[in-house]
Amino acid sequence: MAIVFQRPHALRDTEMHYCPGCTHGIVHRMVAEVIDELGIEGTTIGVSPVGCAYNNYLYFNCDMVQAAHGRAPAVATGIKRVHPDNVVFTYQGDGDLAAIGTAEIVHAANRGEKITTIFINNAIYGMTSGQMAPTTLIGQVTTTSPFGRKPEIEGYPLNVCEMLSTLKGAAYVERVSTHDIKNIRNAKKAIKKAFQVQMAGLGFSIVEVLSTCPTNWGIDPVKALKWVEEKMIPQYPLGNFRGKDLEV
Amino acid sequence: MGEKILMKGNEVIAEAALRAGCRHYFGYPITPQTEIAHYFAKKMPQYGGTFIQAESEVAAMNMVYGAASAGARVMTSSSSPGISLKQEAISYSACAELPAVIVNIVRAGPGLGGILASQCDYFQATKGGGHGDYRMVVLAPSSVQELYELVVEAFNIADRYRTLCMIMGDGMLGQMMEAVEFRDSEDICEADKSWAVTGTGMKRDHNIITSIYIDPEVLEKHNQKLQEKYRKIAENETRVEVYNCDDADIIVAAYGTVARIIKNVIKTAEKEGIRVGLIRPVTLWPFPTAAFEKYAQVPQAFLSVEMSAGQMVEDVRLAVNGKRPVHFLGRTGGMIPTQKEILEKIREILK
Repeated sequence: MAIVFQRPHALRDTEMHYCPGCTHGIVHRMVAEVIDELGIEGTTIGVSPVGCAYNNYLYFNCDMVQAAHGRAPAVATGIKRVHPDNVVFTYQGDGDLAAIGTAEIVHAANRGEKITTIFINNAIYGMTSGQMAPTTLIGQVTTTSPFGRKPEIEGYPLNVCEMLSTLKGAAYVERVSTHDIKNIRNAKKAIKKAFQVQMAGLGFSIVEVLSTCPTNWGIDPVKALKWVEEKMIPQYPLGNFRGKDLEV
Repeated sequence: MGEKILMKGNEVIAEAALRAGCRHYFGYPITPQTEIAHYFAKKMPQYGGTFIQAESEVAAMNMVYGAASAGARVMTSSSSPGISLKQEAISYSACAELPAVIVNIVRAGPGLGGILASQCDYFQATKGGGHGDYRMVVLAPSSVQELYELVVEAFNIADRYRTLCMIMGDGMLGQMMEAVEFRDSEDICEADKSWAVTGTGMKRDHNIITSIYIDPEVLEKHNQKLQEKYRKIAENETRVEVYNCDDADIIVAAYGTVARIIKNVIKTAEKEGIRVGLIRPVTLWPFPTAAFEKYAQVPQAFLSVEMSAGQMVEDVRLAVNGKRPVHFLGRTGGMIPTQKEILEKIREILK
């Protein structure tokens, strides 16, 4: 009998803790499939964030390091400089990367640190129960913006890819989404290319993945996918911001 | 031993680290320790090592966390305000049991304070500047030669116990030029680092470096393991210099720069017929309690002399445990206690 579908080897055979309708699981799977396809599980070292994905070190089969909130790019820098021939990636959410960890991500990108960052943007803090993130949309209700985010009080949504794409050290910058099959396929292509850019030693690579948080958005999973398409994408346009034509 | 060279304390720190096999340094400029970074920036390329001027002390210490996770001999250095910024990753590293060396060339505080010599970070270093139940070994050299020897030792202790090791000096020691004699080769502890993240090579299960334990029973067990390790360190690694303490009229407790001044005080006091002893903790943690216990009933009194408003004196009091009065003399703000004022204080106590 031919096997047509199975768990990627780079994902461990264990139950994940994510809420129903959350897209973390899909993104984990894509990262693991890419690791399998590139044959790099044995040389890859991942860095887990603070946030809902804090313990994804239990889910990936490669060596893993858990980092302090926002510091994953600095931790990854330390690892990569010790093992320059290994593949090093960070997996970070929007509070981790775009709030407390802005200095670390900007400077890792600007140094052209040869690491790959998977950046989950779901416009909210998930683990601490639905607070406003830097990426929260204007008008979006969260537990710390209960009347909707107001620019005159809370400022504006932060467009990370646009910002990082101004840096020469950032070799590959792309934003993708998980709201339907077509976009998930594109997302995987981008993740694969980001790893390949690192393996070719071209510099820093990041893939921002628009994701859902039905639990904290307070809507059901199907509506959540719709919300990504209709509300998030206008603020966070999909596509490549840097390194589109890189040969890898 | 090789030839004697005249070198600045800060440069000796970097040279000692290189001799101890440290090939990764991450730091951020701050006076009065930046010569350490200058030295590494120049030398690391020759050794095929890494020097990164990080975007902040926070990032630098997290880079140390990463490099230590990866199994490297790694260090960072800073001065007081910068060390405060490193506390987050210090606590995480302690929990994740990562070996690394941190140098604090202490300057006067609090706040941005001043850039001159001080010992005002004793509490921060020995009582845990970061959050949680953890300890780190704190070594306090009092000469440039000892600075060299203790930096090498710090890397060995760090690797042997999977612990953080801090070298605590001050601006005086860091900026001072003194003769130093390097050994031809260093005795480097070859620790088992099979726990490190290196890539599984598809030959073993994955390694995980983490400091989060959500299950309280598991976390308590981990804490007990850490405490057991700290007990072992206290048993094996306590270092102290006891000088002139037999039949002493008064025993002074002092470390680092201040201990040097006390040795001069001892000579002057002798001419007046006053016998002054010195207990110089070389490890501030573990604190050499046993040395104080041993001499607790010898002198009329103890005197802790510090460049602080009174920090180590608390540990001296605990160690002497009420057997004799414990006095204190301290200067702050970058002021260094003079022989004259120390001697006056001794006369006053013995009156």
